[in-house]
Amino acid sequence: MSEPNAAPPTAPMWKKLWRSAVREPFTGDRRSRLRLVMNNLILHLHPSQVPVRTLRFTYSWGLGGLSALLVVMLGVTGAMLMFVYTPSPDQAYPSILALETQVWYGQLVRNLHHWAGNALVIVATLHLLRVFFTGAFREPRAFNWLVGVALLLLTVAANFTGYLLPWDQLAYWGITVGASIVTYVPVVGNTLAQVLLGGPEIGPATLLNFYALHLSVIPVTMLFLMSLHFWRVRKDGGLSLPRRVDEPPVVKDENVTTFSDLVRPEAVWATVTVTTLVLWSMLVDAPLEPLANPDLSPNPAKAAWYFMGIQELLLHFHPLFGAIIIPGLALLGLTALPYLDSDMDSVGVYFRSRRGRWLAAFSAATGALLTVGYVLLDEFVLDLPALLPSLPTLVSNGLVPLALLGLGLFGFAALTRRAFGATRCEATLGIFTLILTGFVILTLIGIFFRGPGMALMWPWDVATVGH
Amino acid sequence: MTTISTPSTETPGPTRRDFLKAGWGLLTGVAALEAGLASLQFALPRVAAGSFGGVIVCGPAADFPPGSVTPFNEGRFYLARLDDGGFLALYRRCTHLGCAVPWDPTTGQFVCPCHASAFDSTGQVLNQPAPRPLDRFAVQVIDGDVRVDTGKPLERDRFEPDQLVYA
Repeated sequence: MSEPNAAPPTAPMWKKLWRSAVREPFTGDRRSRLRLVMNNLILHLHPSQVPVRTLRFTYSWGLGGLSALLVVMLGVTGAMLMFVYTPSPDQAYPSILALETQVWYGQLVRNLHHWAGNALVIVATLHLLRVFFTGAFREPRAFNWLVGVALLLLTVAANFTGYLLPWDQLAYWGITVGASIVTYVPVVGNTLAQVLLGGPEIGPATLLNFYALHLSVIPVTMLFLMSLHFWRVRKDGGLSLPRRVDEPPVVKDENVTTFSDLVRPEAVWATVTVTTLVLWSMLVDAPLEPLANPDLSPNPAKAAWYFMGIQELLLHFHPLFGAIIIPGLALLGLTALPYLDSDMDSVGVYFRSRRGRWLAAFSAATGALLTVGYVLLDEFVLDLPALLPSLPTLVSNGLVPLALLGLGLFGFAALTRRAFGATRCEATLGIFTLILTGFVILTLIGIFFRGPGMALMWPWDVATVGH
Repeated sequence: MTTISTPSTETPGPTRRDFLKAGWGLLTGVAALEAGLASLQFALPRVAAGSFGGVIVCGPAADFPPGSVTPFNEGRFYLARLDDGGFLALYRRCTHLGCAVPWDPTTGQFVCPCHASAFDSTGQVLNQPAPRPLDRFAVQVIDGDVRVDTGKPLERDRFEPDQLVYA
C-alpha cells in the first residue's frame, strides 16, 4: 500500500524528497498542529497538547528546557574544541594557547563551552529547587527526581573532569585538592584516588583518564539519563499543575496545542539564553593561568567554585566528616526526599502553603545567620581540638560538631512544629531551606571571603591580595 | 490424542524449569561479576611510579648543616637535618588535601597554602586541619652520601626519634 500523503509519481524530484521526509503538509489548523508535534522527532518530546496552567512562566521558569539547551550547546562547542585540543601534558596547554590566539573564534568557542558548563550547574540546581519548592517531586514523579539528582551529579562530574583539561595552575591544583578529598573515603579511598589519577600523583595518565571520562563516559551516560528523564516526565503526566495558595487541587484543566502555545515561549526563552551567553562570552574570557607547576601550589589554592562549600566545610571539620560524611548525608537526604515527604495536598503550590512561605523565609534567615555566626566563631573564638585535647581530632573536630549540628536541626524541626504549628511536610521544607541556605552561604564565603592562607577577609581585599 | 502432562504439584524438589532458571541466574551473575572485576583491573594504574619513585642521591651528608631544610623538587621531598644531626626526608604533599607545602625559613615551618595547615621541621602538625604529620621517605647514608627512597611514602602518627638517620 502506498503512503497516503506521498507525492504523485509525476511530481518533481525535490517534491518527492520533501514529501518522503515530511509526510503531512502543514495547514495550520488544530488537527494539523497536533499531528505536527506527534510526527516530529524533536517536538515529540512534548505531548501534542498541554494544560494551559503549565504554561505559566513563573511556575517552571523554563529551567528544565534551559538545562537541555545548555547541554546541546555544550555538545556543539565541545565537539569543536575536540578538533584543536591534544590530551597530553606537553601538548594540552600549548593547544589551548593556540586555540585562543591562532584559531578563528577559538577563544569565543572556549568561552561559550566554559560558561555554558558553569551555567548548567546553576540552572540544573535551580531546576531541582523549583521542583522541590513546588512539591513536584512526589509520586508519581519520585523516580524522576532520582534521575534528576543523578543528572545533577553527572553535571558536576563533567565540570570537574573538564576542569583539568587546560593543564594550567588552576586545573592542576583544583584537581589535586578534589582527588585528595577521595582519599578520605574509608578503606578504599587510597585505591579509588589512584584509579582516578592513574597513579600516585597527577600525571599523563590522569589527563587521559579525565579526557575519556569527560568526552565519552559522562556525556553518553547523561544523554541516556536525559532521555529517561524526558520520557518519564510524559509518562508521569507532564508538569505538575500549578495553583495559587488557596486554590483547591486541580484535577483537570483546559488544554491548548503544544504547537505553538508551548513552542513559541520556548523559542523566545532559548533565543534570550543563547544571545545572553554569546554576549557574555564575547565580554568575559574563560580563565587561563600559567602552565601547571607541580612544585608550586598557588596561595590560596581553591577548588572549583561549586566545591567551595565543601572546601569551606573542610576548614571546620575533620576531612572524613567535611568531605565525605556530611555531603554524603546531605545527598542521602536529597535522594530520600520523595519517600520521606509524601504529602500530596500541596503539589503545585510554591512553598506548600501560606505558613510554608513564612517558614521558608524564617528558615533561610536562620540558616544564613547561624552559618555566618558559626564560621566567625570557629575562626576567631572556638577551638574544639584545644578544648578537648584528650580526644582524637576525628572526634573533637568531627563527631562532636556533627552531633551538635544534628541536635540543632532536630531542635529546629521541633521548634517549627511547636511555634509555627507546621505539618511534617512544612517542617521538612524548613529543614531543607535551612541546610540549603547554609550551604549557599558556605560556598559564597569560600569564593569571595577567603584570601591567602584561607584567611577570612573582605572580597575587595581578596581581589587585591590575590593578584 | 496424547495428553499433555503438566508438572505435578506433588513432586518434591525443584522442577527442571526451576533448575534451568536458577542456572541462568547464577551464570548471569558470574558473568556480571567477571566483567566488573575485569573492568576494575583494567582501570588500575598502569605504572607503579614515574620519575619520582626511585632512589634519589642527595649528596655528601656534610653538605647539609644541622638545623637545615633542603628541598629536592625532582623527588618531591625536603631533606631535613635536625640540630642533633639526624636526617629526615619529608614528602612535601600536605596530608590534608595534597597541596605542595613550601618551607618558610623565617618561621621555621611548613605552611600549606591551601588550608593553612602548618608543620614543624620534623613534620609534626602545628596547625590543623592536617590530620597527621607529613609522610616520610626512608633515608640511608651510604659512603657518606645521603640517599632517599621515594618509592613508598611512610605514614606515621607522630614524630619519633627512631625515624632519624645519622651519618
